[in-house]
Amino acid sequence: MTTTAEQANGWEPRIVAFFCNWCTYTAADLAGVSRLRHAPNARIIRVMCSGRLDPQFVLDAFARGADGVLVGGCHPGDCHYMEGNYKALRRVRLLERMLDGMGIHRDRFRLEWISASEGEKVKTTINDMVARVRALGPLALPAKFADWDREMDELEHAVAAQTEDVHA
Amino acid sequence: MPDKPKVAFYWCASCGGCEESIVDLAEDILGVVAAVDIMFWPVAMDFKKSDVETIADGGLLVAMINGAVRTSEQEEMAKLLRRKSTLVVAYGSCAHMGGIPGLANQFDREQIMKYVYEDSPSTVNADHARPVPATGNGGPTLPAFRSMVRALDQVIDVDYYLPGCPPVPRMLKAAIGTLLSGKLPPKGTVLGPDTGLCEECPRKETKPADLSYTAFHRPHEVTIKEEKCLLAQGVVCMGPATRGGCGAQCIAGNMPCTGCFGPTSRVRDQGAKILSAIASSVAAKDTEGIDRTLATIPDPVGTFYRYGLPGSLLRRKIADHN
Repeated sequence: MTTTAEQANGWEPRIVAFFCNWCTYTAADLAGVSRLRHAPNARIIRVMCSGRLDPQFVLDAFARGADGVLVGGCHPGDCHYMEGNYKALRRVRLLERMLDGMGIHRDRFRLEWISASEGEKVKTTINDMVARVRALGPLALPAKFADWDREMDELEHAVAAQTEDVHA
Repeated sequence: MPDKPKVAFYWCASCGGCEESIVDLAEDILGVVAAVDIMFWPVAMDFKKSDVETIADGGLLVAMINGAVRTSEQEEMAKLLRRKSTLVVAYGSCAHMGGIPGLANQFDREQIMKYVYEDSPSTVNADHARPVPATGNGGPTLPAFRSMVRALDQVIDVDYYLPGCPPVPRMLKAAIGTLLSGKLPPKGTVLGPDTGLCEECPRKETKPADLSYTAFHRPHEVTIKEEKCLLAQGVVCMGPATRGGCGAQCIAGNMPCTGCFGPTSRVRDQGAKILSAIASSVAAKDTEGIDRTLATIPDPVGTFYRYGLPGSLLRRKIADHN
């Protein structure tokens, strides 16, 4: 199993976390100053609002090697821009169905509402997500893309072999 | 008289519509024939692969290749034409982004083979026979059926793209003019306007600033009003996420845009972009209400990536489910 092999090679889940400036990113700061320990696997990217999250960001993160994508925004009703997190929620609900259709496991993508005071929730959310993604194993899309395209190399070899036959 | 520039037309996994669109140049095709020598065009003229092989490398000014790439034979022809041509144009949606055949990337090779050769209602195949590339007893060698559909630029280097299912003759004519002029746009350019379809839509004025959906309707479920923006009528129209240049032909036929021109240069993934636009305009604010509204889009992948699944960020369905 690749999962076991990868884990033996020191594979660690890579989580890209898009946190909104006003709530979840501030909560992550709070988790930091409160010296809460959580898994170091999340790369946090600050966006001004969860509503800024273009679904392309999520797909691009996966395509570039993320094993999971976490989105954090203000609780419903608390958005600094009034409606941004509702837009995020609507996009996420449809994006989840699309990711499902594309075969990406549900545990690899998650939206959480985390207010500025919920440092503890940043910790538990990241830890929980890392545990779930760890259980799934690597997604490793860049390696998969390379694997998929290897079948085209066979043709070069076959053509080269034919040419050699002709010249032999 | 100096030699005229040499061109080739080829088709891979395509329906023939792109070839038809070349013929749709009508009398303008005479101008094309006067300006260039067509060295290879299997659908219309009797040239063989060996005729292409005898052309010097780089001896063709341009090869216009339509269709997606699914088999080793198509790969081989694409690579041969790449070697023989100074410029390669990915012609039409399938070569550009994978097109309709690219929807097969939701299934793996075994699922497709099993359905086609065993399970489909019209199949009688008691022996469960399947095509095999080589029988090893002197029989013919068949092309290999690859594990997925690819856009042309996932197989060979592509210089330009002519979008559309099929491209419109006006754009083909302009593209040929551009390529013959020698004033070439930057490599990778899509030879069409770089603005959204909504910009040229005759119903643009009726598009509301704020859309608010409680349900979406598929075209056969409603009577579509002829003057009003389709999005305002709750019909999923790909216009906001799709490059213009087609003259809004589908809208003129009172049907929504399905996205065949692909995205503009500012967008990498057309499906993600239209998903964003459509979903964010749902009226509900609670999960159940949102889901109820979005359930009226039964097939998000097939709707949003109708012409571009292989060229999308994820390329194909991934076997990740446990």
